[in-house]
Amino acid sequence: MILHPGILALLVSSLLMGLITLYACGYGILILRRWDITSGSELQLALERRTYLISTVVRYLLAFQLVSLFLYLRVADSIYHLFTGAMCAAGTLSAHWLGYPTLLLKLTTFFLAGIWLILNHADEQGYDYPLIRPKYFLLLLMAPLTTAETVAQAVFFTVLRPDVITSCCGSLFNNNASGIGPGMASPPPLPMLALFYTSSIVTVMTGLRFYRRKKGAYLFAGLSALHFAITLVAVVSVISLYIYELPAHHCPFCLLQGEYDYAGYPLYLVILAAAVSGVGVGVLHPFRHRGSLGETLPALQNKLAATALAALLIFSGAATCKILYSSLSLRG
Amino acid sequence: MAHMIERHRHIIDFTLATLLRRKGKNGGLLLVYTLIIFVLASVLFFTEAIRREAMLVLQESPEIIVQRTQAGRYQTVPMSWCAGIGSINGVGSAQPRLWGYHYDRTRLANYTFMVPAQDPPGAGHVDLGGAVARMLGAATGDTVAFQGHDGAPRAFTVRKVLEQESQLLTADLVLISEQDYRLFSGVPADQATDLVLQVRNPREYATIVEKITRMHHDARPILRSEILRTYDAVFSWRSGLMLVIFSAATLAFLIFAWDKATGLSAEERAEIGILKAVGWDTSDILLLKFWEGTAISLTAFLAGTILAYLHVFHTSASLFAPVLKGWSTLYPSFRLPPLLDFQQVVTLFILTVVPYTITTIVPSWRAATIDPDAVMR
Repeated sequence: MILHPGILALLVSSLLMGLITLYACGYGILILRRWDITSGSELQLALERRTYLISTVVRYLLAFQLVSLFLYLRVADSIYHLFTGAMCAAGTLSAHWLGYPTLLLKLTTFFLAGIWLILNHADEQGYDYPLIRPKYFLLLLMAPLTTAETVAQAVFFTVLRPDVITSCCGSLFNNNASGIGPGMASPPPLPMLALFYTSSIVTVMTGLRFYRRKKGAYLFAGLSALHFAITLVAVVSVISLYIYELPAHHCPFCLLQGEYDYAGYPLYLVILAAAVSGVGVGVLHPFRHRGSLGETLPALQNKLAATALAALLIFSGAATCKILYSSLSLRG
Repeated sequence: MAHMIERHRHIIDFTLATLLRRKGKNGGLLLVYTLIIFVLASVLFFTEAIRREAMLVLQESPEIIVQRTQAGRYQTVPMSWCAGIGSINGVGSAQPRLWGYHYDRTRLANYTFMVPAQDPPGAGHVDLGGAVARMLGAATGDTVAFQGHDGAPRAFTVRKVLEQESQLLTADLVLISEQDYRLFSGVPADQATDLVLQVRNPREYATIVEKITRMHHDARPILRSEILRTYDAVFSWRSGLMLVIFSAATLAFLIFAWDKATGLSAEERAEIGILKAVGWDTSDILLLKFWEGTAISLTAFLAGTILAYLHVFHTSASLFAPVLKGWSTLYPSFRLPPLLDFQQVVTLFILTVVPYTITTIVPSWRAATIDPDAVMR
């Protein structure tokens, strides 16, 4: 089981990323404890040099985490027939209780790495390392999560035993079952669609308000996070129905398959980009008056808001097109 | 934006010039890197292609196959079972099959003899699979001879040579009439090799299997999904095993790459020192190192993948097919239909480029933070 090439690749990459994040975290602690920008000591100089290393590490972490996230789903999708009753990635992930938590951890570390890089980018704009502390506190939060993900994934693939009777996506994301999956699919489709559009419009409005008048950064960040959750629920509960053109097929993973033109990859990328940059606006907001950031931060926030808005509009537009031109109709 | 692209373009330009200036050092690294990727990619492509072929074959196979065992060994099935099993609710049809293997001593190959359900050849005629025809040098209308179970040679006229979508399906196949097969193999008239059942509703599989085992205690029903699962597990396991074996080589390569990246020559150190002295920032040098790694990795990745593709799909993986094919080294040679899939490429990328990149992060950073005055003094 553990000798599937894709699983080996996932284990190797997670292990390497976990180790290098811990390594970076070790220096993060040193930076948090001994950082003193006013000092000209040898240690301070060495720490300043280390910051370059750590930002390089997190950059790679973000890139590889994205690849590993999709490979995880892809591998889950390609080994489902080893489990009786499983019909796609959903079945593989539910073959052991660690399947979904691992996915969640992967998403979280990706999200945090994105936020970290936004902070890092802002920090590099100032000459006096204004965000060094918040940045390294966040790194301290990321290291245990990356380690947890490495361990959870390794345990998940080690204990997976072929032939375990698991549910196929048809019954897992079915309205009559219970649990997280069904909880996401159970909202009635049309009200869910209405909620998705309302949330899209409200988020876009607050985003525009922030973009024009620099007001409501926290509101926009909060709504972006909320909209991220609503979008995911909407994908499972209603948008997937229009893509599959089947009134009862709620599955977020079949979207990644060739039968649906790999539509899931761009869709999820856009959703993730909107969430990371939207939340990034709020994360940067408390530091707008700090040290040397006064001038550069608003421009960066604007860029992030514009990215988030563009991603949001692209997703809503794509979903609307799909719904309008789908052969499935849920009306009447 | 334009400024950023311009900056990257200039740095890439500079990186490539630097790489070309040290052809010996970088060429050696590139060669070993390409070789590692070539080996891993060959394993991945070959097992994936052969697995896909097996799946294609099995897609057409019947939902349930019933065999008979005696003392745990495989036996022929009495034809009389057909009626009883065929009458189980949910079974569309139960047909006996006649097939078996034949080892050709003179040509050292195994053939599969089979009596087709539809359009069987007439008495004294056979249809040959592509590889068998090639091996025997036979074309339509020629006469071929095989040695029967009693040692007597039997001659058949070739009715046609089979061409099919899946090479594995027909490569070693010899289609023959029922009467000829019974004489050739010695299977009695009231026995069959196994039974194949057609079942429309997948939800009834379990119940039907249970009813069959209750009806005949020595019956061994096999579901298509079980066969698919087993093949999948076996091929994944094989390629995984090969990857683990080659991981030692990958590790050696990583140590080599790490050593190359750490052991900067005095000339390289001086170069970085000069760059910093003329105004390059640490992040610029890191960018330079990033592009250096990317150029080497991409070149090796593309070259290794293309070479592996040629090796697997144009030379039938001549280097390690015997290990990966496994079940018979005497198999007639066949060519796999070319196929590349996103997952294999990503797997390969993660197994080679990611470890290389991570290995070189720290050495690159060390190089980028060199003190200009220390190296130029």
